[in-house]
Amino acid sequence: MSIGENITQAIVNIKTNKMRAILTMLGIIIGVAAVIAIMMLGNTMSSSISTQMQSLGVNNITVYVQQRDQTGNQNFTRVGGNNIQEKDLITDSMLNTLRQKYSDSIQAFSLTNSVGSGQTTSGSKSANLNLIGTSPEYNTANNLTLTQGRFILQTDADNRRNVAVVSDKLVSAIFGDANPIGQSIFVTVGTHINNYAIIGVYQSQAQNFGGGTTASSQLPTDVYIPLSTAQRITGSSGYQSAVVMTKVGVNATDFSTTIQNMLNQYYVKNINYQVSTFTAESMVSQVTSMLNMVSIMIAAIAAISLLVGGIGVMNIMLVSITERTREIGVRKALGATNGAIRGQFIIEAIVICFIGGVVGIVLGLVIGTVGVSIIGGMMGSGMTLSVTAPVSTIFLATGISIAIGVFFGYYPANNAAKLDPIDALRYE
Amino acid sequence: MNIIELRGIVKRYFVGKPNELEVLHGVDLSVGEGEFISIVGESGSGKSTMMNIIGLLDRPTEGSYSLSGENVLVQPDSELSILRGRKVGFVFQTFNLIGRMSAQKNIEVPMLYNHVPAKERARRAEHLLEIVGMNDRAKHQPNELSGGQKQRVAIARAMANDPDVILADEPTGALDTETGLLVMNIFLDLHKNFGKTIVLITHNQTLAAQTQRIITLKDGNIVSVRAGGNPIPGPQDLLEAAV
Repeated sequence: MSIGENITQAIVNIKTNKMRAILTMLGIIIGVAAVIAIMMLGNTMSSSISTQMQSLGVNNITVYVQQRDQTGNQNFTRVGGNNIQEKDLITDSMLNTLRQKYSDSIQAFSLTNSVGSGQTTSGSKSANLNLIGTSPEYNTANNLTLTQGRFILQTDADNRRNVAVVSDKLVSAIFGDANPIGQSIFVTVGTHINNYAIIGVYQSQAQNFGGGTTASSQLPTDVYIPLSTAQRITGSSGYQSAVVMTKVGVNATDFSTTIQNMLNQYYVKNINYQVSTFTAESMVSQVTSMLNMVSIMIAAIAAISLLVGGIGVMNIMLVSITERTREIGVRKALGATNGAIRGQFIIEAIVICFIGGVVGIVLGLVIGTVGVSIIGGMMGSGMTLSVTAPVSTIFLATGISIAIGVFFGYYPANNAAKLDPIDALRYE
Repeated sequence: MNIIELRGIVKRYFVGKPNELEVLHGVDLSVGEGEFISIVGESGSGKSTMMNIIGLLDRPTEGSYSLSGENVLVQPDSELSILRGRKVGFVFQTFNLIGRMSAQKNIEVPMLYNHVPAKERARRAEHLLEIVGMNDRAKHQPNELSGGQKQRVAIARAMANDPDVILADEPTGALDTETGLLVMNIFLDLHKNFGKTIVLITHNQTLAAQTQRIITLKDGNIVSVRAGGNPIPGPQDLLEAAV
């Protein structure tokens, strides 16, 4: 009997017991749909996160100071706050030495000196802000897009000018539609109060992953002032962290180790502090591998669902074969070999699993698409998620469905094939 | 040439166990080509076992069996299945049509296993339906057919691969008198007009009387072989035969 005839027969038999077939397929449908949906979400998430990480700049190496844990073990954690002393910070002289030594690899340093968070007010209007001193290269290192004016220049730093680059959000909160360039803002950060002239406006990025309850207009945005201006306020000339921008063609990951080793020579006698580095590249791979782990775990759960589904198929095939014992006897009397009977029932199991698989794929694509758009909505408008249909997963899911049919169909089908035709014909 | 040659057929069940049971004690039987014979006997006489052995559904414990000159018992089981499909046509008491399958498709089943091409299958099934007078019911499912109609389809199915022998096991047992006569007439017709070799297994002596030779089995032995009348039955005869 040909495969085509067997498939036709299988479909006829499945149609006769529609409800039973659907319930049997459910396990397969749920398993496949889960796999497809998870893969879609996972792929979309990791690709969009990679893209975002890359926008931070793959050629940047962040160098930061770590402090030894006070618990006395060997662990170090990144320092934060103001409990760090001047002698423990990265200094301009260290960076200058670094620049001289590796002039063929280093393009520039992007340095920051954080003054703190505060706000600016203008009449009844106000906006929250973080006042940060930056070097002129900060702009390129962080891929800021200027919509108006210019970024901080070396001359601003040399002359310790009170100029600022602000976000478009801040501008719309304080100035509305009026041209902000040349206007001044009144900034209060703790005890520090000063006026800054606006020289540029940058496009603020969406606040990703933070989508909490705070209205987005209340979220503080960064206000950039020249590094020297900030140093005068904070009284500190060192850096807790610095971004090293490498020249094109330099392997950031390898070079970060070199920088780390070199800078740590300054900390040989300072046992409580050390310098560490990270690159966007390594962060991307870390996040991606974490997402992959989650995907794999959920896929494993889906695999269990498929296993349970497969057992359901096996069960229903055993029931079906018992019901059709007499038919099997008749078929044998009419010339069916054991192989023909086995083939008939394996194909029936495959057809059940295949239909379940196809329904599961469609369902999974629907769930995945909806899920991606929901997550996209949660992440804010700044992030566009492209839905990627996991083509290889679809093929894999189809293949796995068929394999489940073969695997869980074989035992019942073999039982059917081995039936004694005389007993089968007598079966009531 | 004899179609069926059975020599010294012994069938024992539970061989070597305390409850060993011998149901056939060395039976010899020859059936010539184009012969219409009947095997009669009461329950437990060994009729069914005989039919199973002739129909290649079972192997005897001892003895030899040649079907159309071929020593079939040396063949492996898979080969026996194929021979069964080609050389033997079964007609059962309870029809045994496969449900959810039209009359025509049922007739095509033996041809499917014999790898007959689809077009040829359909053509032959239609022809056979015509022979049994069922061509207007080709697309009907078994549950839409009466008992007599089912048995006619079953006879057409038994003819599907043009077998060397038709084995009919109580073919009228589940039918009313009138329908039984109709079915018996079809067998007589297949014998007379198509030269089919037919072995009819029954416990109905009057039905057996219409065949050419009546083999009577009792307790696993052939106790008598009589010539049957095999007349072309008139209406009166048929009625008597059926009662």
